[in-house]
Amino acid sequence: MTDTRHLGRLAAAAIVVLGVAGAFLYLGGWFSPQKLTPARFVDEFERVNGRYSGFRRNHAKGLCVRGFFDSNGHGTRLSKAVVFRTGRVPVIGRFSLGGGDPHVSDELNTVRGLGLQFSLTDGEQWRTAMINLPVFPFKNPQAFYDNLVASEPDPNTHQPDPAKMAAFLANNPETARALAIIKSQAPSSGFDNSTFYGLNAFRFVDADGLWTPVRWTLAPVQPYEAASATGASQDKNFLFDALIASILQHPLQWHVIITVGQPGDPTNDATVPWPEGREQVDVGTLTLDSVESEETSPARDINFDPLILPAGISPSDDPLLSARSAVYSQSFTRRTGEKKLPSAVTPSEVRK
Amino acid sequence: MSMSVGTEQRQFTALMRLFHWLTAALVLTILGIGVAMVASLADYHRLVSIHRPLGILILIVVVIRFVNRHYSTLPPFPATMSPRERSVASASELCLYALLVFQPLVGWGMLSAAGYPITLYGSIHLFPILPHNVMLYAVLRGAHTVLAYLLFLTFLAHFGAVLFHTWVLRDGTFRRMAPWRVRTP
Repeated sequence: MTDTRHLGRLAAAAIVVLGVAGAFLYLGGWFSPQKLTPARFVDEFERVNGRYSGFRRNHAKGLCVRGFFDSNGHGTRLSKAVVFRTGRVPVIGRFSLGGGDPHVSDELNTVRGLGLQFSLTDGEQWRTAMINLPVFPFKNPQAFYDNLVASEPDPNTHQPDPAKMAAFLANNPETARALAIIKSQAPSSGFDNSTFYGLNAFRFVDADGLWTPVRWTLAPVQPYEAASATGASQDKNFLFDALIASILQHPLQWHVIITVGQPGDPTNDATVPWPEGREQVDVGTLTLDSVESEETSPARDINFDPLILPAGISPSDDPLLSARSAVYSQSFTRRTGEKKLPSAVTPSEVRK
Repeated sequence: MSMSVGTEQRQFTALMRLFHWLTAALVLTILGIGVAMVASLADYHRLVSIHRPLGILILIVVVIRFVNRHYSTLPPFPATMSPRERSVASASELCLYALLVFQPLVGWGMLSAAGYPITLYGSIHLFPILPHNVMLYAVLRGAHTVLAYLLFLTFLAHFGAVLFHTWVLRDGTFRRMAPWRVRTP
């Protein structure tokens, strides 16, 4: 009798303990193997691009730069962020090409990236990762992932299957629309005269706590030159070598342009541009005056997570932002523990 | 003279019980947030933004709690516990304290080694406690996960042992730490 009662109570205690353990595992996604997680996202990058020890899982090929941002104070009307007060803050950054192969040959049509870290006077940081496309091709993390899956190389042809890509575009008409906008703008001749776009919408929060939807853009001071005018070189690193030559000649500059959104402008869909004629505020000038190989620059070891923001800049409701933060972090954690191999753009190339 | 003359102390002091249940709530919350955030895309940023200050809060609470414990009188173990059980209970308690202090420090250290700003809220941020060194980050990031699972397993053992004593042995172990005041007969 007592034994049965004992056993019953023992079973109850065991069930409660197992229940708590199960709830914990449930929260960790152990019972939902189909759920898209940061780890599964980065696994897919590795399947499509290959795995290169110590390198970023995307935008693997890069070159590091340093400089500063001179704020003209015009941004303080929109944001209380210290970075927009009149004055200068140091900047470290990294130019890159899209894709996971760190030794890929430079191509004019490859996506160009620029990651920046502004070190604010009060110890805060503002990091942003921009690309030279006016809109982003994917509206949410699932679309980005599905595109990666569709672009997996076929085991026989070693090329993506065109039928899979066509099916992806049919299912994601917003990507087709974004690609049409992207293709309507020919890339410039180099990194130095490229416009870089922050892509996602953010919120600028002013001193009274009121927020405004914004997007930001880096507009080059270096004059635009069409890519065709110079002609693509056969040199593997021609875009990076041109950037090195250009920056050694004179500091490169970009205007930091804030586009102010109006009520109704989409903030949760980076595939859609905002209407023409939105107010643009030039909040200061970015100057990049020195260049360094990844192998010697601390920028190699910076995760340009777009959600490392100072007080005064907040994320919008764009679902890509949190996903970018999560996936960048996963890529960072993987590569930091791996052996670091030489970059394609070597220290000697920077000095020559 | 004192009101408690002749009655044995059966419970931890009110302050100790408050610290215990505060720690329990904070630690279960942060473990849940931690395990969910690393598997989440949509809520990653929101959860990490809570996880960081919560970890620092736990570090502060646990340090104050440990000091308070040092200056408090503890109730005796229930008579049902053998000397061996008592030493296991004391060791697991020490283990929990150690994990609760080290885990936030490892978190703080790994963010420092990654070169991340250690933002608590708005512009409030902590100073780095380690230099920017990503190999160190990778080691600490791995340790943070291992310590989290160890912490959860130690919690389960502690929770399971109290349930066993309270439900199966019915020796009133729970009353020692009950959030309410238990009148001594």
